[in-house]
Order: sequence, then C-alpha cells, then structure tokens
Amino acid sequence: MADLKVTLAGLTLDNPLIPASGTFGYGYEMAELYDINLLGSFSFKGTTAAPRFGNPTPRIAETASGMLNAVGLQNPGVDRVLSDELPRLTEVFHKKVIANVGGFSVEEYAETTAKLAAHDAVGILEVNISCPNVHDGGMSFGTSAKAAEEVTRAVRRVTDKPIFMKLSPNVTDITEIARACEAGGADGISLINTLMGMRIDLARRRPLIKNRTGGLSGPAIFPVALRMVYDVYRAVKLPIIGMGGIASAEDVIEMMMAGATATQIGAMNLVDPYICRDILEKLPDVMKRYGIERLSDIIGAAH
Amino acid sequence: MKQLEFKILSNDRIAKGTYLMKLSGDASDCAPGRFVNLRIAGKFLRRPISVCDADAETLTLIYKVVGQGTRQMAEMGVGETLDLLTGLGNGYDTEKSGSCPLLLGGGVGVPPLYKLAKQLIAEGKTVKVILGFNSKDEVFFEKEFAALGAEVSVCTADGSYGMRGFVTDAIASVGEYTYFYTCGPEPMLRAVSAATATSGQMSFEERMGCGFGVCMGCSCETLTGYKRICRDGPIMEKEEIKWPTSR
Repeated sequence: MADLKVTLAGLTLDNPLIPASGTFGYGYEMAELYDINLLGSFSFKGTTAAPRFGNPTPRIAETASGMLNAVGLQNPGVDRVLSDELPRLTEVFHKKVIANVGGFSVEEYAETTAKLAAHDAVGILEVNISCPNVHDGGMSFGTSAKAAEEVTRAVRRVTDKPIFMKLSPNVTDITEIARACEAGGADGISLINTLMGMRIDLARRRPLIKNRTGGLSGPAIFPVALRMVYDVYRAVKLPIIGMGGIASAEDVIEMMMAGATATQIGAMNLVDPYICRDILEKLPDVMKRYGIERLSDIIGAAH
Repeated sequence: MKQLEFKILSNDRIAKGTYLMKLSGDASDCAPGRFVNLRIAGKFLRRPISVCDADAETLTLIYKVVGQGTRQMAEMGVGETLDLLTGLGNGYDTEKSGSCPLLLGGGVGVPPLYKLAKQLIAEGKTVKVILGFNSKDEVFFEKEFAALGAEVSVCTADGSYGMRGFVTDAIASVGEYTYFYTCGPEPMLRAVSAATATSGQMSFEERMGCGFGVCMGCSCETLTGYKRICRDGPIMEKEEIKWPTSR
C-alpha cells in the first residue's frame, strides 16, 4: 500500500495535497462536490485585519495555459473570518487547516496572525508577503530580505504554531528572501505566489485588468515554480510547501523531487473543481510506476 | 453544481455574430437565469454562458462571438462534446413577479429571458417582453417568445426594425406591469432601473475565474454587502444594486 503521509513542521498530513489560498474559498463550496476531508489540508482565503473588497473589476484575464488575477485580498476581515467563516469551515473540514495571513504593516501581520493562531482548527500559519495585487503592502515585504525577516520575527513572537512564509517569485534572488525568513524564525517556506503579468484589450487599447497588472498562475508557471523550489531547498533547512501550476499527480511528484514536502494546487481548482480529488486518486498508480513506496522518501530526490 | 459532459446536437448562426447551440445532457440543474461554465479546448478559463432553455435532456445556449473562445465555440460541430459545469448562479425568482411581469432583454441578454418567460407563462402569468438590438440583422427570438404566448415588442437602436430606440423607450408603450426582469449590458440595466416604476431583478455579468464562488474574481459591491456575481448572483434585486460612480 502506497504511503502518502508527509510531515510539515511537526504536523503530519495524510497526503501532500493542499488547495492553495484563494482557490478554494472557505471550503464549503467545494464540499458540495466531494468530501474534502480526503485532502491533506487546505489553505483558506487570505485574511487581513480589516475587511477588504479588493480591486475594481475586471480582475481576471485568460492567458496561455494560465490566468491573471488582481483580486487584491478580498476578505471579510479577521474578526468575521473567526466568527462567521471558520465555524462553517470546520463543519465541512475536520483536519487542521492552514490560515493564510495578509497585511499592510508589520504590526498588522502580527495582530492578524495572533488572532488566527488562537483558533483550534488552525494548524499552520501561512504568511503572505507576496501578494502582487495590493499597493503599499503585500509583496513589498516579500521583495526585501530585511522586511521579510522583520515580518517573520513579528509573527514568530505571537504564536508557537508553525509559521510558513509565502514568498514572491518577483525577486532577483528568492533564496536570499528564504534565508531571511529562516533567520527570522520561520518553520517553513511556501512558494511561489503569482508572477506579475499583464494583458491588453486590443479593441480598447487598455489593460484588460482594471488594476493594470495581475498575478499569473496556472500550468504556465510550473517550471518557474519548480526551479525556485529547487533553489530554496538548497538554501535553507526548512520544509517547503511547493506550488505554482500543479495540474497532475506527476507534477506533485516532480515538485516533491525538487524539494517540496507538501504541495498546493491553485488555479487548476478554478477550472477543474475535482482536480485535487483526481490527483489524489491517481497518486498511488503514478508512485508505483516510478517505484515510490513512501512519498516522503522522494522529497528533494532530484538533488 | 455538477460537472457533466454534453454532446452538441446543433450549432447554428441565428443572427449577426449570434449562435444557438443545442446540447444533449443532464440539464436538470438549469433553472431560468442560471448559467453554465464551459471548457473550450486550448483555453484555460471556462466561459460562462447563460441558460436560454433547458429540460431534463437538452440544453440550449445562445452566445455571441466576442473573442477567441466564443469564436472557437462557433466552429464546433454536431457530435462534438463539451465539458460543462451546470447549476451555477442563483437564477430568477418568479414568485415576486405578480400577475403581469415585464421582461426586458438587450442583445445577448435576451437568451436567459426565454426560459424565464416559459416558466412565468406556465405559472399562469401574463408576460410582456421588450427585446432590444442594435440593428435588424442582430434581431433573434421574436417569434419564439411570441410562440410561448408572450406579448412581444422589438426595438432597434438604429430603427432598422421595430420601434426605434432602446428598450427603455418602449416601456411606455407596453402599458401596466407588476414587476420586471432584465438582462443586458450594464448601461442598459442602469437605464432600466431608472425607467421602471416597479421592483425587479437584473442579471449581471463579469469576467469570472471559477464561476462557482471560490476565487472572488467577479465580486461587486451592493447595498447589502459584497456579492460574488457567479454565486450570490448573477441575478440581483433592483433595490440592492450600488451603481458604480465612474466606469
């Protein structure tokens, strides 16, 4: 029998499949389709201290093998996430969940992290210092090693639960940022967030997305994500959650061989709502094909 | 929501740039005002299309060729299959219609009103319909609505067919109505909202990521909070709409 278990910073998951933040809502829409408790965990929609509508629409565009989004961290704010969304989420998902945290200042990151960490269902805090769609925050913390370390230290102080820093690929050297997060006390690294991109409406001669730019996701970015996971695996001793364009069981294994302990599936959930379940069903066969008995054995196997 | 495979029974041009696709498959989840999200080979995002008509075994979609995805749809042939997510969106609520509802459709906003008219008439209501198009060569479904037993008025912006003007110009000529339902481009919805004397429901559209409420790509602000057009809409009530100040 294939062993799919992986352990992320002390938290053992039944399998390495984790729907990525912002592609799975708070779980209950997907729970109408299948039993989402099959999944290792899931990362719910990014939460900020205050409620946010996000950016004006249109904020979605098609690209070759992928999409752009400029949602801009829409969420009801941490207090309503705790009072309204998490009680609904825990009804449909009974394992530990990953809380994704967004912010616009070091203090805000710490405050939101502390509130979410206090909830029993939250097993890991994933701190998003890489949102390309918000101004004066988000990615600006993830593109400077000094700021990344500062945010990491601040969130580290408010909880003993595992902290994964979610990194931006929109940097010259992602290993420098990963090392800064390690120095700041992170328990792990999540990567990659979306790549900055643009589309132009030929008829209107204007960017398709109202915010002008958006984050590119989907299979188009898989090789970029894989390379960055490979590099970060060499640079730090922390476990990695690898993501970026994963679309198949083979992609999951490839990402793990590059160095990921677990994987997140993002954009594919939007076009193929059963993708996570389908990948899980196919994993044992693909493992068998490549002579893998225990999935955790292949973490970093490509090095 | 269900993910289902449908087979194309026909796919024909019915007006300028406008196509009617008939599909066989389980369309039991397709109430008036709901939509399907279909996958097109080689495209990443699905394309949301409103339900024009549906019964247990067939689904009718009317779409306009506006870009590469819909152009590819227009080239699909009989017997080809399509992967659809069905049962999306909230749909029109016919309970609020009163005895004599008015339906106003603009261009590619006309199709979802067809199944709605069918249902309202089946409920014993007197249905008045105003269909608006840019010009004569874009007109479709006038006879189909009449065949249902609806009282139909057609107008064109350039006056090449029916009454000259927009759907709102035709409201005065249809007499009394108890409620309204509308679908069309946003400026039209806004004009209908201002020109109608009763409450009503309007169908909105937006570029969508998923179509089933998880990505927050198509959100809008309403007077009752943030709503996802795909999941909390696409039908919204006139009284809750917060019109954008500039766009």
